[in-house]
Amino acid sequence: MRMTLQRPPETVPARSRPSGRRRVLSHWPQYLAISPFFLIFAVFGLFPVLFSLYLAFHQWDGLGEMRYVGLQQFRFLLEDSTFWQSMGNTFIIWVISTVPMLFMALVIASLLNSTVRFTAFYRIAYFIPNVTSLVAMAIFFGAVFSTNFGLVNAVLHALGLPTGRWLTEPLGMKIAVASVMTWQWTGYNAIIYLAGLQTIPSELYEAAKVDGAGPVQIFFRITVPMLRPIILFTVVVSTVTGLQSFTEPQVLFGTNTTLNPNTGGPGQGALTMVLYFYHQAFDNRNFGYGAAIAWLVFVVIMLFVAINWRIVARRSS
Amino acid sequence: MRARGVLLHVVLLLGVIVSIFPFYWMIVMATNSTSAIYQYPPKLTFGGELLTNLRHVFERINFFAAMGNTIVVATCVTLLVLFFDSLAAFTFAKFEFPGRRVLFGLLIGIFMLPAQLSLIPQFVIMVKLGWVGQLQALIVPAAANAFGIFWMRQYIASAVPNELLDAARLDGCHFFRMYWHVALPAIRPGLAFLGIYTFIMAWNDYVWPLIVLVDPDRLTLQVALSQLNRSYGQDYSMIMAGALLAVLPLVVMFVLFARNFIADAVKGAVRG
Repeated sequence: MRMTLQRPPETVPARSRPSGRRRVLSHWPQYLAISPFFLIFAVFGLFPVLFSLYLAFHQWDGLGEMRYVGLQQFRFLLEDSTFWQSMGNTFIIWVISTVPMLFMALVIASLLNSTVRFTAFYRIAYFIPNVTSLVAMAIFFGAVFSTNFGLVNAVLHALGLPTGRWLTEPLGMKIAVASVMTWQWTGYNAIIYLAGLQTIPSELYEAAKVDGAGPVQIFFRITVPMLRPIILFTVVVSTVTGLQSFTEPQVLFGTNTTLNPNTGGPGQGALTMVLYFYHQAFDNRNFGYGAAIAWLVFVVIMLFVAINWRIVARRSS
Repeated sequence: MRARGVLLHVVLLLGVIVSIFPFYWMIVMATNSTSAIYQYPPKLTFGGELLTNLRHVFERINFFAAMGNTIVVATCVTLLVLFFDSLAAFTFAKFEFPGRRVLFGLLIGIFMLPAQLSLIPQFVIMVKLGWVGQLQALIVPAAANAFGIFWMRQYIASAVPNELLDAARLDGCHFFRMYWHVALPAIRPGLAFLGIYTFIMAWNDYVWPLIVLVDPDRLTLQVALSQLNRSYGQDYSMIMAGALLAVLPLVVMFVLFARNFIADAVKGAVRG
């Protein structure tokens, strides 16, 4: 669940406006009121971010001496095939979860928008996955995708279809991870889209119908363009959360054993970028390398958000 | 036309079934034995093995301690967030002071930073403070957050009339009295949303507790559940019984408050 903000509201002008230091001092209650957040942020937010940048140029196990290594961590990272595999995995999982998720959300929202019955019930039912524990759901999907008589294979078998080794084959593993994400976020996005749809004036639809437009034409010519800012919002949120997926693969595959050298499951098929970061930083106590991975992941996410932004924004013109 | 309306609800109900199905299937698994579920064809109805499965959960992990820890952490975080965030939001929404714009801009920037950038140094700080394995390691860093201040500022801007504050000021009301006696009573519905939201987030939090909690007797529910899954991965029914117990309180709470909660959660996104 994420939300954005609105433009700044009106304020009450201060009582008096003496100049300089006295002006600042006269506002001590205001500074005191906002200080808890900024204090916590300075200690547990700003300092850690700067310190992790510093760490990315060092080698450190958290106990011994810190050693300056320049750009070596990044150079090593660029040649680390496991990292590139994790980036590929993350990207595939993100695509096969986000595309169906947002498409289904849009369909559900359109359907919900054309009825007035049971809407309260539908909204609650579709929103529940979003407040459910991700750990519990990852465990649940692991049980359902299990090769030996998991529910998915039982259903496939009953339908006379070939069963799959979902939790050991590269694509099956990614589908299992993506299913958790799709299940958790489709309803949330549908409710967001629905709120957007309800702001589109009904005269627009009536005018289009009078002009003889069909439902498909109305959907692409009116609904999608009018929803564009909200679609952009959901795409950005899905990109940021999807590219940072950790809990789903960690719960499903992240055992740290000799049989699972990078904690990404068989063949490292579900190793995501953040899971690899976690493994390097907290299993291997390789703090410098972990910090370098974290920063590269940050850059990759920013890049993707920028690309998405451009694609969605360009469609508008 | 009528047939189309029925079809619409059929499709929507299919979606609802997909949404709700995991809960049904979790209960089926938790109330049967693993061997009854993992056979072909599987058992699809509730069974009578729930208590046996739960007993196995309680034998393997300190479930009630984990639940107690989770309740303590989520409650403390929620109360602190409600107080600190609403106070800061009230200040940003209703008062002009030097540096206000810059400080608020900083807040927006913070919102964008991904968590993993700060995880390693945060852990190092906890080691230095001697808080590794302690619950305050989860409570203190979460005691105030940028999201809550954003959301509350927006809410307070419209929920607390400026005239009321002006009147209070004329009566000689000091800043903190204004917050306590004028703002707080007017923003109760907003506090309810932020409180439930924060509680849910704290209850479900996993990454940071996983890193910082090391004592097997002092875990939160999510970490305990994940360890249970790791150690006894094949006994699905037992694990589902534990997962069900960890998920249920929150789902019940959500359904009770859902109506206003969903509306408030959507509000921020749509206007943004």
